Amino acid sequence: MAGNVNHDYHILEPDIWPLVGSLSALTFTSGLVLYLYPDVFGSTGSIVMWAGLAGLIATFFMWFKNIVVEAQRGDHTPVVQLHMRYGMILFIASEVMFFVGWFWSFFDFALFPAPLQYDAAADATINLFGQEGAGEAEFVPEGMEVLDPFSLPLLNTMILLCSGTTVTWAHHALIHGDRKGLKQGLWATIALGVLFSAIQAYEYSIAPFGFGGNTYSSAFYMATGFHGFHVLIGTIFLAVCLYRAYQGHFTPRQHFGFEAAAWYWHFVDVVWLFLFIVVYIWGGWGAEFH
Amino acid sequence: MATTADNFAPSAGHGGDHGAHGVDDHGADHKPGFFARWFMSTNHKDIGTLYLIFAIIAGLIGGAISGIMRVELAEPGIQYLQWWAEFMGGPGDLNTALHMWNVFITAHGLIMVFFMVMPAMIGGFGNWFVPIMIGAPDMAFPRMNNVSFWLTVAGFFSLLFSLFVPGGSGPGAGVGWTVYAPLSTTGSPGPAVDFAIFALHLAGAGSILGATNFITTIFNMRAPGMTLHKMPLFVWSILVTAFLLLLALPVLAAAITMLLTDRNFGTTFFDPAGGGDPVLYQHLFWFFGHPEVYIMILPGFGMVSQIVATFSRKPVFGYLGMAYAMVAIGVVGFIVWAHHMYTVGLDVNTKMYFTAATMVIAVPTGVKIFSWVATMWGGSLEFKSPMVWALGFIFLFTVGGVTGVVLANGGIDDNLHDTYYVVAHFHYVLSMGAVFSMFAGFYYWFPKMSGRMFSEALSLIHFWLFFIGVNVIFFPQHFLGMQGMPRRYPDYAEAFTFWHEVSTFGYYITAASLIPWFVNIVYAFTAGKQAGANPWGEGATTLEWTLPSPPPYHQFETLPVIEDHHDYHDHRPETA
Repeated sequence: MAGNVNHDYHILEPDIWPLVGSLSALTFTSGLVLYLYPDVFGSTGSIVMWAGLAGLIATFFMWFKNIVVEAQRGDHTPVVQLHMRYGMILFIASEVMFFVGWFWSFFDFALFPAPLQYDAAADATINLFGQEGAGEAEFVPEGMEVLDPFSLPLLNTMILLCSGTTVTWAHHALIHGDRKGLKQGLWATIALGVLFSAIQAYEYSIAPFGFGGNTYSSAFYMATGFHGFHVLIGTIFLAVCLYRAYQGHFTPRQHFGFEAAAWYWHFVDVVWLFLFIVVYIWGGWGAEFH
Repeated sequence: MATTADNFAPSAGHGGDHGAHGVDDHGADHKPGFFARWFMSTNHKDIGTLYLIFAIIAGLIGGAISGIMRVELAEPGIQYLQWWAEFMGGPGDLNTALHMWNVFITAHGLIMVFFMVMPAMIGGFGNWFVPIMIGAPDMAFPRMNNVSFWLTVAGFFSLLFSLFVPGGSGPGAGVGWTVYAPLSTTGSPGPAVDFAIFALHLAGAGSILGATNFITTIFNMRAPGMTLHKMPLFVWSILVTAFLLLLALPVLAAAITMLLTDRNFGTTFFDPAGGGDPVLYQHLFWFFGHPEVYIMILPGFGMVSQIVATFSRKPVFGYLGMAYAMVAIGVVGFIVWAHHMYTVGLDVNTKMYFTAATMVIAVPTGVKIFSWVATMWGGSLEFKSPMVWALGFIFLFTVGGVTGVVLANGGIDDNLHDTYYVVAHFHYVLSMGAVFSMFAGFYYWFPKMSGRMFSEALSLIHFWLFFIGVNVIFFPQHFLGMQGMPRRYPDYAEAFTFWHEVSTFGYYITAASLIPWFVNIVYAFTAGKQAGANPWGEGATTLEWTLPSPPPYHQFETLPVIEDHHDYHDHRPETA
């Protein structure tokens, strides 16, 4: 900016993307509602929704591109880097509270279950509360099989834990100026992330219960599904870092973009450990495995 | 209104004890063009102005809706709701008319909470004055600051869309601001409730981003020497508020996402047919909702502290106690939520815990009330309009606080739950507590933001009309509640008629009080005197009064240094 600026803070020029991003978000959510009610709004909903999503993706792309350009230009003084550290930690804190909401509903259903009966052939559930023939209330509905936690979920746990070590390998390589190790570590982490998502998708496809219909299935799919979405975001974040590594962006002293991706990845990892222990092992305890 | 301020050259930065340190006008007033300035802004003061204008517009809409409700309630029977049902595009039958009532209470609540109080206090005054008060040139994340504002606008539009699409028995979302299941799930087919839920998602995302911005700014951008324990109490209040937003809003996001999937994708979180539980929604909602009510009042605490100290010409009594009382209110605010749910069938031991925990909040709140009184004690009091509004706040908030202690009792609440006593209670703390502090802040900072003085006489007329008006509206509602008048009903037994008539009469006075306010704003911009750097005298010690009015486009291009003897809150001589 003009004048005699004697501080290290980052004063920004006006920018169109906040407005575009907000309008896109409104377009996306409104388009989703239009899409869900074709009998009210006709068939235009999906176009509006995809247009909004495209705007959102464009906004994210341009926004982070601008941040990268500013970083390479040297706008990110030490105090601005500190801002970003705080911002990322606080963002992750809010994400933790988001998952608290999903775990809260999970524990509510698991600790205070209803006497549900599940018909696997029809993927239908009935609540026998107060009726003849109601069995003992268990979290997993009577007649429902769950996924064996020590099969694919354990493999996925190993994959994510392993990816936590590979991202740390990449970080140490970066700190010690080993560019090749940085790229290898990132490639390995991204590959493990993609592998995790693929296994998760496969497991959904063979799960012995459909989406919704009862509390176990609702809490299971929404909690693991939102985790899966975060894995996807984290993988994209790491892929951006890999691209930047090839562009020679990071230095051993300044590489917060990488660190933020690594923090996010560890957060996703920790959420998975809670999901594995609470949802897969404890939540399905005593039920028949598929 | 602030665009008009462009026409006035900023007055020189005299006034205030501390001189105009840190002000360097060379090139600092270079402003972008109209579109870039107001639609692409990265300037905390412009974004604050946008938030304030937005909050005023939303507040007028929300206030007009309360007028519709008060006129309907002026006498027993259904008067105008069938007309409204037809006006909004639905059939004019009784069922749709009653649905319109639910739509009005929903829109009034959501607009006032998410699109009036929060944008005005945090987005408006917080954006304007947190950076200046800590001696920073702007917020930590100026671009994110702008997306916070526009997401709030997007949320408001989503809520407006909901009014014009089917929502069950008629157009609009008729679910209350709490959006309780099963009324909001199986009870409200049609897209209106989905639009309302997405309104909360959008506004909530904006608030979370804003909260990270404020916390980062306050922790990282304090001027040299401005330790946390020297920070003005308004900044403390925004810091605590931002933490509440950051940790409470994501839980709401999860809860309303469950509503969405229950409504549209076959999950059964709140549907007993699949083992779900509507009370779970209430737990999740109030885990957010109770911190939310402190989010709406804590910035008011901060503003009142600044104003009372300024017009008593004394530092705030018990500065550290005041700061940590807000921290305590914020922390305890997270563990009292079920006092909103005493009648859902909670275990008696649970009710005992939540009663006791809720009572504890009265302690730090009492610390604040008594410290404001002690600040005035022996002070050189000057009853300028911001001070008068702040005194109105202290009195009326205390009334609301006392009825809050009554309602905190699980046993008493069994009788008062969902009656007009509760309506009276939360309007005393919000439409009198929060709103009085907002008007106090408005009159306190208007000269700083615009560079112009308003008419003291008009502001006092505004105050007295508003003070009398809101008390006439809401004090009788205590009586109605004690007599058993339930909330959320458009019709009532004839025995309740008298106090409802009185209450509606109070609404007319309150609405009329806004006329001198608007006249005053017009007067200030057309004929108001230049404000000068510090119109409030030596009691105004915070950094905004060291800058010209209005401040330069980018202030503090050389950071101010807060020296040890330059202590804002403790003027005792050093003993060491």
